[in-house]
Amino acid sequence: MVNNDLVKLTSWGNTTHDPHKLIMVNDRENTQLLANNTPGICFGNGRSYGDVCLNPGGVVWQMRGLNRLIAFDSVTGRLRCQSGVLLQDIQRTLVPQGWMLPVTPGTQLITVGGAIANDVHGKNHHRLGSFGDHVIALDLFRTDGSLLHCSHNSEARMLQATIGGLGLTGIILEAELQLRRINSPWLTTDTVPYRSLDEFFELADSSEQNWEHTVSWIDCLSGRAGHDTRGIFLRANHNNDAAEHNPDTSHTAPTGARRLSFPFTPPLSLVNRLSLRPFNELYYRLQARKRGSGTAHYESFFYPLDTLRHWNRMYGPRGFYQYQCVVPKADSREAIARLLNTIQQSGEGSFLAVLKTFGDKTGKGLLSFPMPGATLALDFPNRGERSSRLFEQLDAIVSEYAGRIYAAKDALMPRSLFESGYPHLPEFIPMRDPGISSALSRRLMGS
Amino acid sequence: MNSESFANRHIVIIGATSGIAEHCARRWAQEGAGSMTLVARNTDRLSEIRDDLTVRRPGLMVHCLSGEFLLAQGVQQLVDNVLAIGNPDIVLIAHGSLPDQSLCQQSLTLCAEQMNINALSPVLFAEAFVSHMEKVGHGTLAVLGSVAGDRGRKSNYVYGAAKGLVTRYLQGLQHRLAGSNVRVVLVKPGPTDTAMTAHLKQQGSKLASVEEVAAAITTGIASGKPVIYAPAKWALIMMIIRHLPRFIFNRMDI
Ligand SMILES: Cc1cc2nc3c(=O)[nH]c(=O)nc-3n(C[C@H](O)[C@H](O)[C@H](O)COP(=O)(O)OP(=O)(O)OC[C@H]3O[C@@H](n4cnc5c(N)ncnc54)[C@H](O)[C@@H]3O)c2cc1C
Ligand SMILES: NC(=O)c1ccc[n+]([C@@H]2O[C@H](COP(=O)([O-])OP(=O)(O)OC[C@H]3O[C@@H](n4cnc5c(N)ncnc54)[C@H](OP(=O)(O)O)[C@@H]3O)[C@@H](O)[C@H]2O)c1
Repeated sequence: MVNNDLVKLTSWGNTTHDPHKLIMVNDRENTQLLANNTPGICFGNGRSYGDVCLNPGGVVWQMRGLNRLIAFDSVTGRLRCQSGVLLQDIQRTLVPQGWMLPVTPGTQLITVGGAIANDVHGKNHHRLGSFGDHVIALDLFRTDGSLLHCSHNSEARMLQATIGGLGLTGIILEAELQLRRINSPWLTTDTVPYRSLDEFFELADSSEQNWEHTVSWIDCLSGRAGHDTRGIFLRANHNNDAAEHNPDTSHTAPTGARRLSFPFTPPLSLVNRLSLRPFNELYYRLQARKRGSGTAHYESFFYPLDTLRHWNRMYGPRGFYQYQCVVPKADSREAIARLLNTIQQSGEGSFLAVLKTFGDKTGKGLLSFPMPGATLALDFPNRGERSSRLFEQLDAIVSEYAGRIYAAKDALMPRSLFESGYPHLPEFIPMRDPGISSALSRRLMGS
Repeated sequence: MNSESFANRHIVIIGATSGIAEHCARRWAQEGAGSMTLVARNTDRLSEIRDDLTVRRPGLMVHCLSGEFLLAQGVQQLVDNVLAIGNPDIVLIAHGSLPDQSLCQQSLTLCAEQMNINALSPVLFAEAFVSHMEKVGHGTLAVLGSVAGDRGRKSNYVYGAAKGLVTRYLQGLQHRLAGSNVRVVLVKPGPTDTAMTAHLKQQGSKLASVEEVAAAITTGIASGKPVIYAPAKWALIMMIIRHLPRFIFNRMDI
């Protein structure tokens, strides 16, 4: 059916609501639908914060309809599935069978296609790298009508471009993923409050050896006027023995994990200068009380926000930005300190601030984000000019230390910083599919 | 819902390539169904669905069949083929098609085709399965009607009337089988995000997620409801719509 209806579409940050032409992709055989509606960009589950999955005024291919599992080999742990399958669906299906995705981000409400296109990372980067390290093969449809089966043996270069390729090399229809064995859905956790950046880096260093998962929440309002930066360092390992520590051995999430929903968008951001300090204070105290070791179900440890649907609405109708950068290992202590300082001086603040270190693996993809170093991610309510002025200052620091910004979160970085942050960009450009274009690709690559 | 209640159950789905039916099947597989017989005209898609279900539940037996949906004799034959596989515990009749109302008004042929697939075909299947269930004294039959069958309106009365026929037919079956061990369930989904409504989504309509609708259907069937609105809020909305006085209803552009 031909129609030219345009529908307002937004990504997770809710900062733009431009009209788009939606093309629903429900059937992998119907690639004609893709080829006939170009230029477009894939939209997975819209969990990217900025414009990487948007194409204002143009076509987006909605991929969630391609959500079938194809085959699972319970000896090798290899899963074939369509690209619109949610990571949550994979894990809820296969965790009870003793298998888990090796790498998942802080939400499992994302598609396999989105996970590949941003080469997402989790809390265990120092052990298992990023999502793309566990992609064995994928089927890529190009808008010229060709279908490429990409693996290490064939189209290896295209595989490398597609992992972290921001959806620009083609439409991923299917993927084959390597899963990892687990004996239990439970994790042994350890919560360590820290009171300075030095302490954070020591903890991160000393934990790499014995802990698979490490991450920290940082109070970005602390550390002013002679005070120390404080935060909560979390580390965890998978339980090896199915019976060990388990309050109950069932594989279902604990009952506390009922889904709640943020019911509406308040007229103003609930995260603001008044609320932030008490929020952070409260959060620090609540978490600090949990200090020491514990047991957590994988869903509540890895994806704490997934139980609160639409939490992004709390930032009000103007939405919010996430700023996530990585700075190289050598100067990461200094660079992070300067970034935090700049944020404090700006008077802007962030509730969801995450600081973690990456291991020595660089991503497989030509445009993969992770590099050895430290990554800082912060959410800021959209305050227009004020936000962009702050980001310019932060960009300057990231650029000075030869760091990079994460495209999955980005809406504002300048082209120069993208080019300096991603040195393989010139090799990537020729691999692009000319029938694909996004707001981000036009902003950062000119087309 | 505990998994015991579905353990080893044999579930039959007619129109099994429907998005709503497929998500019901996923839930039944996860809840422990023993075997499924999937019937639809598109056999390639059926085998994709079979593969998906067997990854979700290793060891699940899935049979795929295709055959005649419209002619009475063919439908009886197809039902006999299904019954030859085994006695069903649950039968879900799901197929249907949402036509463009104005095209139906222009072409009696299309109008007739749509009445056949949305009204005649599902009730023939229903009659055939219920007769068998009555004979063996066991089984649950569920049919996907629609909220559109609750009141005729200008924007989709060809589809709505067909669904209305299904509603009356099932009421009759429920009456006939009251007090027996056979249960008959009428499901009325509201607008749901599937291939059928892709064009509505492209126009910006709010649609319920197919996962949510399938959850309402499978839990409704398990709890023994005779009529299931999915999601449940449609029960109230349709009660209001059914009772709106004609002079108000006729002024509404729906
Ligand atoms: C609460 C929260 C926590 C997060 N935590 C992390 C984290 O810890 N680590 C991390 O790395 N990220 C994190 N993210 C970001 C998120 O993981 C990524 O943005 C992810 O790519 C989103 O996937 P999606 O399916 O929603 O895809 P979208 O956001 O819709 O799209 C992302 C990209 O994938 C492309 N794409 C989607 N499907 C296909 C396809 N079939 N073929 C080709 N291209 C496709 C799109 O074109 C776009 O370029 C987080 C996000 C949220 C909301
Ligand atoms: N989606 C909604 O908003 C909604 C709302 C209320 C009620 N319903 C009802 O729910 C049921 C399932 O709908 P859905 O949304 O899941 O739709 P869907 O995904 O489009 O599936 C429709 C199904 O009907 C089959 N079908 C259509 N015409 C057929 C024909 N002539 N012969 C044989 N099979 C035919 C299709 O088979 P193929 O795969 O071979 O095409 C497919 O299995 C339908 O009865 C529909 O009327 C849907």
